[in-house]
Amino acid sequence: MTLQETPIVQLQQVTKTYGDLYAVDDVSLDIYPGEFFSLLGASGCGKTTLLRMLAGFETPTSGKIFLGGEDVTDLPPYERPLNMMFQSYALFPHLNVADNIAFGLRQERMPKAERDQRVQEMLQLVQIEKLGKRKPHQLSGGQRQRVALARALAKHPKLLLLDEPLGALDKKLREQTQFELVNLQERLGITFIVVTHDQEEAMTMSSRIALMREGRVVQVDAPRRLYEYPNSRYCADFIGSINLFDAEVVKQEDNLVTLKSPDCDQLLQVYHSQPLLEGMTATVAVRPEKVQITENCQPQRSNQLRGVIKEIAYLGDVSVYHVDLPSGKRIQFTQSNVQALAQQPLDWEEEVCLHWQADACNLLLE
Amino acid sequence: MSLGVKKSRIALFSLLAFGYAFLYGPIVSLMIYSFNESRLVTVWGGWSTKWYGELMHNQQILDAAWLSLKIAAISASFAVVFATLAAMALVRYKRFRGRGSLLLMLTAPLVMPEVILGLSLLLLFVAMSEWLGWPAGRGQTTIIIAHMTFAIAYVTVVVRSRLAHFDFSLEEAAMDLGAKPVKAFFTITLPLISPALIAGWLLAFTLSLDDLVVASFVSGPGSTTLPMVVYSSVRLGVSPQINALATIIVTLVSLAVAIAGYVFYRQEKQRLKSLQ
Amino acid sequence: MRSRDRFNLGKRALIGLPWLWMAVFFLLPFLFILKLSLSEAALMQPPYLPFIREVSDGMVTMVVNFGNYLLLLEDPLYLNALLNSIEIAAWSTLLTLLVGYPMAYAIAKAPHNWRLPLLMLIILPFWTSFLIRVYAWIGILKNNGLLNNLLIYLGIIDQPLEILYTPTAVYIGIVYSYLPFVILPLYATLIRLDDTLLEAAADLGCPPWKQFLTVTLPLSIPGVIAGTMLVFIPVMGEFVIPDLLGGPNVLMIGKLMWTEFFSNKDWPVASALAAVLLLVLIVPFVLWQHFESRNRESLG
Repeated sequence: MTLQETPIVQLQQVTKTYGDLYAVDDVSLDIYPGEFFSLLGASGCGKTTLLRMLAGFETPTSGKIFLGGEDVTDLPPYERPLNMMFQSYALFPHLNVADNIAFGLRQERMPKAERDQRVQEMLQLVQIEKLGKRKPHQLSGGQRQRVALARALAKHPKLLLLDEPLGALDKKLREQTQFELVNLQERLGITFIVVTHDQEEAMTMSSRIALMREGRVVQVDAPRRLYEYPNSRYCADFIGSINLFDAEVVKQEDNLVTLKSPDCDQLLQVYHSQPLLEGMTATVAVRPEKVQITENCQPQRSNQLRGVIKEIAYLGDVSVYHVDLPSGKRIQFTQSNVQALAQQPLDWEEEVCLHWQADACNLLLE
Repeated sequence: MSLGVKKSRIALFSLLAFGYAFLYGPIVSLMIYSFNESRLVTVWGGWSTKWYGELMHNQQILDAAWLSLKIAAISASFAVVFATLAAMALVRYKRFRGRGSLLLMLTAPLVMPEVILGLSLLLLFVAMSEWLGWPAGRGQTTIIIAHMTFAIAYVTVVVRSRLAHFDFSLEEAAMDLGAKPVKAFFTITLPLISPALIAGWLLAFTLSLDDLVVASFVSGPGSTTLPMVVYSSVRLGVSPQINALATIIVTLVSLAVAIAGYVFYRQEKQRLKSLQ
Repeated sequence: MRSRDRFNLGKRALIGLPWLWMAVFFLLPFLFILKLSLSEAALMQPPYLPFIREVSDGMVTMVVNFGNYLLLLEDPLYLNALLNSIEIAAWSTLLTLLVGYPMAYAIAKAPHNWRLPLLMLIILPFWTSFLIRVYAWIGILKNNGLLNNLLIYLGIIDQPLEILYTPTAVYIGIVYSYLPFVILPLYATLIRLDDTLLEAAADLGCPPWKQFLTVTLPLSIPGVIAGTMLVFIPVMGEFVIPDLLGGPNVLMIGKLMWTEFFSNKDWPVASALAAVLLLVLIVPFVLWQHFESRNRESLG
C-alpha cells in the first residue's frame, strides 16, 4: 500500500486530561486515505478517549484535530463528516432495522425514494436483505453487528470509526467477520480507524497499528514491522511473546553489535544500524519461534544457550517449551508439530542446546 | 421441599393476605356503603344509587372537581418537563457546581411535612406580590406552582431511575449520524423513556388531585379544590355523597393505573428482551 | 455563536432551570418562615407587622421580635405538642416497620411472576386519595361503626370500644397510610439480596431463623433506614390523620400549626412552630442523607 499525499486525519499534540489523569497524552498521528488503522492497547490506555475525540464526543484539553485538512477540534459530533460504529452497537430499540439505517439519511433530508434505495443497498452490502422490518431485539448478535455497520456506512462517510467492532461476538464468528470487514473496507475504499484491545485482531486486519500505553502512542507501524522490529520492551512484550536478555555492548562492527549478557555463557550478536557506545546497556529480544534447537553446542558460537526443559505445552499446531538457563532465567521456544503424533523428541528435564541467527533477533534501547 | 419450609411459606403468605386485607378493607367498605340506601353507616338500607345522583347535582363538588383536575393536569405536565431536565442533568453529568444542592432540593420535598411546605410557599407568594406585584392574588396559579414544586421531586425519582439504565450511546449515535442534541433527545431518548414520563405524570397528577394541606395554605377565595370540599364535609362525619365520590375516584384511578401498569410492564418486558 | 458553545448552553439550561425553580420555590421560602417567626402579629391583612418600620419623620428602625419563640417555651401546650409528635412518630414508625417488613419479605420470596402484581397492589392505594382513605377509617372505627358492630355481632364484646378520637386510631391511620413507603425500599434491598449468601450460610451450618438474623436482616438495614425516614419525618408534621382520626384529644405539632394559622390567624406563631419543626427534622434528614451517600459509595 502506498501512503498518499495529504492525511485524512491529523492529530497534533492532542491531550485530554480528567483532573490529574492524562487519558490521552500529547498524541500526534497522521492517518492517510484508504488506511485500515488500528488503535491497539490494554484497557485504560486512552484509545477509546482518542476515538471519542475524533468523533466529537470529547473535546481535547489541548492540541488540534484536522479532518481532510480542516480544523474540527471544536466541531460538535453532528457536524463532522465521519461516522462511528459503537461498541454496544447503540441500535435504536424502538426503530426497525431499515429505520435505524435510514436515521442518518433522514437527518440530511434525503428524499424518500433515494433514501429507500440507499437502505436497500446497505442491507445488501452487509447481507441482511430480509431483516429490514425486524426490531433490534429480534436479531442475533452477529446480525446486530451488521446493522450497526450498515447504519454507520449509510451516509457514505470518508472515514469510519469502529469501537471494538468485534468485541461482542464469540470467537468463531469474530474470526470470520474480521476478513469480511477487511474486504468491505477494501471494496469501499473508506478509511477505517478501529479501536481494539485484541492484538491478534489488530494484526489480522490493519494496514497500520498505533500501539498505545498510558495515554501515549508507543509505536506506529505496519503489523509485520511491529512484530519483527518492536521499538521498546513494552511493544515487544505486548505483541506476541518474546525472550528478553539484558546485555552490555562489547563492540559494534558495521551494523553487527556484539553484546555480553549475564544470562549467557556465549556472546550475543544482533544487527543494529544506529551507532552505539561501548559499555552501554541494551536488551536483546528474540521471538520463541526464531529459537532453534541444535544437536550439540559448539565452543565459540554466538547466540547460543544451554538449558534444561522444565515445561512442555502442546497447543496443537505448535508446542511451547520452557527452558531454565544455568543463571536461573526461564526462556521459551516453540517448535511446530509438523507430523501428527510424531515421536516426541524432547522430554522434561532434558538438556538442550538452543541457537538463533543474528538477523532473527533485535536490539531494544530504553 | 421440607415440611418446615412449607409451613413458613404458608405463614408468610397468610400474613401477606392479612396485609392486603388491611390495605383494601377500608376502601372496599367505602365503596359498598356508597350504594347504601340509608344515610347511616350502621344501617344497611338496601342497594341504591341515589347518592351518585345527588353527587351529580352538587354544583360545589363538581366545580371543585373541575378546578382540581385542571390544576392537576397543568402542574403534572410542567412538573414532568422540569423533572426530566433535572433527571437528565443528574444522570448525565456526574460532576457540576450545584449538583449537591440540586440533589438536596429534590430529596427534601419527598419527606417535608406539608404544613411547612404550604406555609412557606404562602409567605413567599405574599412577599412576591408585595415586591413584584405578582402573583396579584392567590388561587389557581399559586396552587399550580406549589404542586409543581413538590411534584418535581417525585417525578425526578421516577425518571431518574429509568435514565439510570438508559444507554446514552444511543444519543451519541444519533448525534454521530447528524442529529443535533435537541433532535437526538426528541427522536431517540424521549420515545424510549416515555413510559417513565407517563408514570411520572400520573404520579404528579394524583399527588396534586390528592393534596389538601398545601392547597389550603396557598389558595385564595374562589379557588376551592376538591380535597378542600371533601375535608370540610368529612369533618362533620361520614357523608354518603363522599362515599360515592370516593368510589368514582378509586375506580378511575385503578383503571388508569392498571392500563399504565400493563403498558409499562409490556414495554419493560420488551426492553429486557432487547437487552439479551 | 459556535456550535460547541450552543452545546454547553444546552447543558447549562438543563441544570439551571430545575435548580432555579427549586431554589426559588422550595429553598427561598424557608427564609420567609424565619423572617415571619421574628415578626409581631397584627390584626390586619397580612396579619403581621413588617420588619422594617418607619417610626416617625422618616426614622426607620428594624424590629426583631423573639416573643413568638418565648411563647413557645412558656406555654407547655407547644412543648407537649412537639414531644407528643416525636412520640407518635417514633412508635408509628416502629409499628409500620413491624407490619411492612414481613410483607416486603413475603413479596420478595414470592414466585417470580407474582412479584410485580403484588407490588402493584401495594402501590395502588397510594394512587387513590389519601384524604378519602383516612376518612374511610372513620366509618370503621366509630362507636357505632363497622368494627364495633362486627365485634358485637360476633359476641366478642358487648359494649362498643372507644377507638375513634384516641391515639390508637391515629396509629392505625398512620400505619395504614404509610405502609407503602416502608414496603417499597425494603423490597428493593431484599430483592437485591443474593440467594447464594443464604445457601452459603446454610452450608456452614446455619438454621433458617439464624440465617435471617445473621444474613438477611443486617443486609436489609439500608431499606430499614430509608423506610424509617420516609415515615418518621413526614409523620412529625402530619395534619390530616390526627385531625380526622385523633380529634381534639390528640395533640400534634402539625395540627397545632394549622390551628394557629387558620383559626387564630396568628401567622408569626405558626411560622415559629414551623421553624422549630424544621430544626428538629434537619437532624434525622442530614443523618439519612449521610448514610445514603456512604451506602452508595460502598456499593461502588
